[in-house]
Amino acid sequence: MAKLKIDDLKKIKERVQAENALREGDRRVRVTVHMGTCGIAAGARSVMNTLMDEIDESKVSDVMVTTSGCMGLCSREPEITVEILGQDPIVYENVNENKMRQIFKRHILQGEIQTPFVLARGKEQA
Amino acid sequence: MEEISMHVLDIAENSTRAGSKLVEITITESTIEDTMTIEIDDDGSGMDQETIKLALDPFYTTKKVRRVGLGIPLLAQAARATGGFFSITSDQGKGTRVKAVFRLGHIDRQPLGRMDQTVMTLIAGNPEIDFVYRHKINGGSYLFDTRELRGMLEDVPVNHADVINFIGKNIREGIAELAAKSG
Repeated sequence: MAKLKIDDLKKIKERVQAENALREGDRRVRVTVHMGTCGIAAGARSVMNTLMDEIDESKVSDVMVTTSGCMGLCSREPEITVEILGQDPIVYENVNENKMRQIFKRHILQGEIQTPFVLARGKEQA
Repeated sequence: MEEISMHVLDIAENSTRAGSKLVEITITESTIEDTMTIEIDDDGSGMDQETIKLALDPFYTTKKVRRVGLGIPLLAQAARATGGFFSITSDQGKGTRVKAVFRLGHIDRQPLGRMDQTVMTLIAGNPEIDFVYRHKINGGSYLFDTRELRGMLEDVPVNHADVINFIGKNIREGIAELAAKSG
């Protein structure tokens, strides 16, 4: 890791520490990108990357991103689950980069569920 | 899979589910030997001999939500399609090593693709696991290790979006430099 820019990392560390000092409790939103074989083959990784780019561009600090395995609906992949604190989780199906951007801007940032892309509401069993 | 790096992500996801603490990914390109070797080495629960054989069967899976398990067979097929080979070795309780060798110059070899995205995705989804990513092209090499990162980050989580994006940038730059030097 010779090229690691230590100064850049230090800046990130200091900024995040300062943000954490101001924030109370949990993160506001958790986004799970389903990353099974089926999801990956259908483009889940680029959905994930689009999400990371959106977070970077919007400078929000209360969105947490994670991954999960396949939940058995392989034909609807890529799937993501958006959980806003205190609300039912929403599972979106057939997500691509453009849908991801829309879901991020409208649902994650503004709270409007993007109904045409919704697969299910509520907790998944898998 | 469109890219070899997607296979890498898929197989490494298996490692994360096997309770690994450390997952090491090594990609070795040799123009002299005309090979691209992919190794994924973990310290997870491992498998017994019978399970290793079953893992190569697309109709075997440990999952209950579906009846097929395609990750390993897909990688094995992709490697063999280029005249390469595939192997799994595993010790129960110690870990598993998956190795796939591709013919570098074969027309059916998929591009390696976005290894930065693969590593970013692995770290974002599995912040408690350490990942090492080595990439060698002929003589030169690039190394990324989350353990090195953690020391510098103190209490900042390694899966924070800013850190993940930093990692992606670091890998992209590192690989570009390696390719320019060794190409």
